[in-house]
Parts: sequence; C-alpha cells; structure tokens
Amino acid sequence: MVYDALIGPFTEFEFMRRALAAVIALSLAGAPIGVFLMLRRMSLVGDAMAHAILPGAAVGFLLSGLNLFVMTAGGLIAGFAVAILAGVVARSTGLKEDASLATFYLASLALGVTIVSIKGTNIDLLHVLFGNILAMDDQTLLVVAFNATVTLLVLAVIYRPLVIESVDPLFLRTVSRAGGPAHLAFLALVVINLVNGFQALGTLLAVGLMILPAGIARFWSRDLTMMICIAVVAAAVSGYAGLVLSFQTRVPSGPAIILVATVLYIVSVLFGRVGGIVRQLFPGRHLEA
Amino acid sequence: MAAVHFHNVTLGYDRHPAVHHLNGEVASGALVAVIGPNGAGKSTLLRGIVGILRPLDGSIHLGGLDSRDIAYLPQSAEIDRSFPISVFDFVATGLWRATGLFGGIGKAAREKILRAIASVGLNGFENRPLGTLSGGQMQRVLFARVLLQDARLIVLDEPFNAIDSKTTTDLLALVKHWHGEGRTVLAALHDMEMVRTHFSETLVLARGPVAWGPTAEVLTPENLMVAMRMCEAFDDSAAACAADDARSQAA
Repeated sequence: MVYDALIGPFTEFEFMRRALAAVIALSLAGAPIGVFLMLRRMSLVGDAMAHAILPGAAVGFLLSGLNLFVMTAGGLIAGFAVAILAGVVARSTGLKEDASLATFYLASLALGVTIVSIKGTNIDLLHVLFGNILAMDDQTLLVVAFNATVTLLVLAVIYRPLVIESVDPLFLRTVSRAGGPAHLAFLALVVINLVNGFQALGTLLAVGLMILPAGIARFWSRDLTMMICIAVVAAAVSGYAGLVLSFQTRVPSGPAIILVATVLYIVSVLFGRVGGIVRQLFPGRHLEA
Repeated sequence: MAAVHFHNVTLGYDRHPAVHHLNGEVASGALVAVIGPNGAGKSTLLRGIVGILRPLDGSIHLGGLDSRDIAYLPQSAEIDRSFPISVFDFVATGLWRATGLFGGIGKAAREKILRAIASVGLNGFENRPLGTLSGGQMQRVLFARVLLQDARLIVLDEPFNAIDSKTTTDLLALVKHWHGEGRTVLAALHDMEMVRTHFSETLVLARGPVAWGPTAEVLTPENLMVAMRMCEAFDDSAAACAADDARSQAA
C-alpha cells in the first residue's frame, strides 16, 4: 500500500521517473541560488526576473510553436538582457538594483506584450505560465540537467567573491575586481535557473523552488554550507512529495510541488531551531555561556 | 618616499564634493590621524585612498603600492552581520591576496588565521557566527583580518568607535605595533586625546584641509574651531567650483 502510493508511480511510469530526475536537478542547482538570493536580500528580484523571461519565451513560442529549445533561448535572451542591463545601470549610477531591475523587467514585459499584440495571434501560453513537469521529454530533461550542471560549475567559480561581496562588499572592492563580474554571473545563474524552472513549474512558480527551500533552510542553520545542503534537501523532498501528491490527487504538478514546499516552510517557521516561533516561545533554560 | 600623494584631489558623490582640493603626501611609515567633525569627509578620503571612490578631480598616487598592498578596515556598519559566516571564515578572507578565487587554505594558512584571531584576544571564537558578536568583538575580528592582510598601507575608518577602553587599548597597541614595523597607517578618529597621545601626525579635515602636520602643531583650538564651523551645504543649484588654489597651498 505504502509502496504503491510512494514508490509505485516511479517504478511503473517513465514520465514520473523523468519528472523526479528533473526536480532533483532543479533542486541541486536552484536551491543554492535561492539561498544566495535570500541572503543578498534579492528574493523578489528572482520573482521580477521570472516576469522578465516571460516575453522572451512568448516570442519563442510565436516563432516556432511549442519548441522548448526556442522558448528557452528566448527566455534566456530576455532574462540575460534584463539582468545585465539592470546590473550595469545599478553599478554605474548608484541606482538601487531593485529599482533598476523593476524598470527593465517592466520594459521587457511591455515589449513582449507589444510583439504578441502586433502578431495578432491568440497563443496558448498556459504551458509557459504553469509548466508541466509530467510532460517532460528526454531532450528537455537533458536541457534541465545541462543547465543545472552549468549552474553548479559557475557557482563554484564565483562562490568565494559572492560570499565576500554579500557580507563585506567594500572589502572585496579593495582587494579584487571580482565582485562585479561575480554579481553579473550570479544574475545570469538566476536567469538560467528560472528558465530551467519554467519547463517544470511555469514562469509564475519557477522561483518557488529556489526561494521557499532557502527560507526553510534559514530556520534550521546559521552556517552557509549547511543552509545550502538543507535547501537542496528541502527542494528535492518538496519535488518528490509534490509529484506523488500530483499523481495521486490529479492536482497540477507545479502547484503541488510548491504547496508541499509551503507546508515545509510553515513547519520550519513554527519549529525551526533558528528563530522558529515555538523555539522563541519555549526557549528552555538559559545556558551558562 | 611618500606612500600616498594627493594632488589637488576632490572626492565626493554625484558632483557634490565631500573633500575639496587636498594636496600633500603621507610619508612611508607615517602614523597619521585624520580628524574632523561628522560629515567632514574623513571616510570619503579613506575610500578614495583605497580605490573604492574615484576622485571628482585631481588624483591620488600610491607610491609604488599595488592596490593589494592596502588593508582597509571599514566602519562595521558597512558589514552585513546577518550573513551566516563564522569568525574563522571571515578573518580568512584577509588571505585573499594569497588564495584568490580558488586557492585552498592549507595547514600553514589555517595556523596563521588562528594566530591572528588569538592575537586580537578572540581565542575560542573561531566558529561563532558574526551576528552573535558584540561591537567590540566585531572590531577585534576586523583587526584580525587586517593583521592577516600583512599590508604596507593600513587604512582604518573609525576603528575605535563605540568600544570599551580595554578593547581600545588592545587594538591601539596593534596599531602602534604596525607603525613600529614600518607600515604606513592612516586612521579616521574622533578621540582628540588619543590622537594627541599616540599619533605623531594629524590631518584636520572639514570638507577640505584645515591643517596638516605634526600633531602638537596642528591640534590647536583655533584649527578645531575652524573645522567645527565648516559649511555643510549640499546644493544642487550651486555653481561649478573654481579651484581654490590659495586655500590648498595654505594647507
């Protein structure tokens, strides 16, 4: 019974195995990016970027129909353009990055809508908006896995300057010029992972599998490495449980994954050992030192 | 030989000067206090020296020093202490010159880091997150990182702000030790008594140089009064500045 409910769908159906592989790839790459987004107080930047890639994907859809490679390319181009332009303007003018990003993502959105309206096509963007991880074919899975691999490699390269820039940006600027490129590379990784996420979760929820696990991790550890590990595990568990929930109840897979992550987040807010509500209400006897 | 040479330098933000027309030089191995009221441009000047801020006008030359020969201790308010990083890892960033992007931290480097932490009196704090430290402890951590940087020019921005006298005494001893080793030290300070007692050279700043020279000659009530009366105007409709050569020469 338990086997049938929790493991059976994956042994029986190939599409479920592909979906599980996809959420694990998304978790491995997206969750660490989410942790840095949160720690750099850029959580909503991820959301804005998700809007920024939508027009690119829509244009890709207009040009070639439901071709995920073209849609991915469109999303990447739009996302990169917005991320880099916003980053360059913020760094060269002193304008806050969120204000700069808001301008560019709105412009990107407006441009996308304009292009669509000029084309005069009534397109079905439900797939782009909400994704469908259960319909993922081998080629798409390979794209997701490739993007995740690139993310982890690039993150390894920029990890040190990214950490130092997050905690003490002035110091980094005195010892190295790596801060600017690292930040831009990080924004690029955000875009790659959003595009990755929209294959599975759609543009509206793509950022969820990045930010929610990061929020969960914040309630369980004060150590960065541990936070990243917890975030990856939380994302993978949410992905697995969400797929099972979706399979058993016919709830759409993307929202099911995010709802499971939300439940984990609520449990963490309540019972987390770093700042959880219960821990604050009942802290136990104070220590000697 | 000069460690830092200011040539009619003006530093500021968005065309508004925070420090006007500064000329002069800091000799190699000097111990210089930079004093002045809030808003006098002390932090701005130090940021200009370490290369964070580009001059609006004029130039700053570092006599044969690479930017990596400079250690900068910012005001601790500039640091995001909510970031989950331990004291050990934070201090270890002082080894950036040796490690760069990928260099590992071997046994010798680890020993160095532990020694730096111990020498500022923070034995046992290695695994503590920055967010759990007091203001004085955080200041000690910043000094440990400067120690590790092993730089020829050390720039300290209000290093003794809001810390107790014991910590101040300990950290001041470190500053004097650096000076004794022949390193050049510039520090923005507010404690006049400390400056009078421990710093041989002083620059009195009030959005421009008021006086610069041996502390005993510079730290006079007249100069301090001039500094206190500095103009704090920040006027978008102000006319473009005509270089005040006479003033900079007098300084």
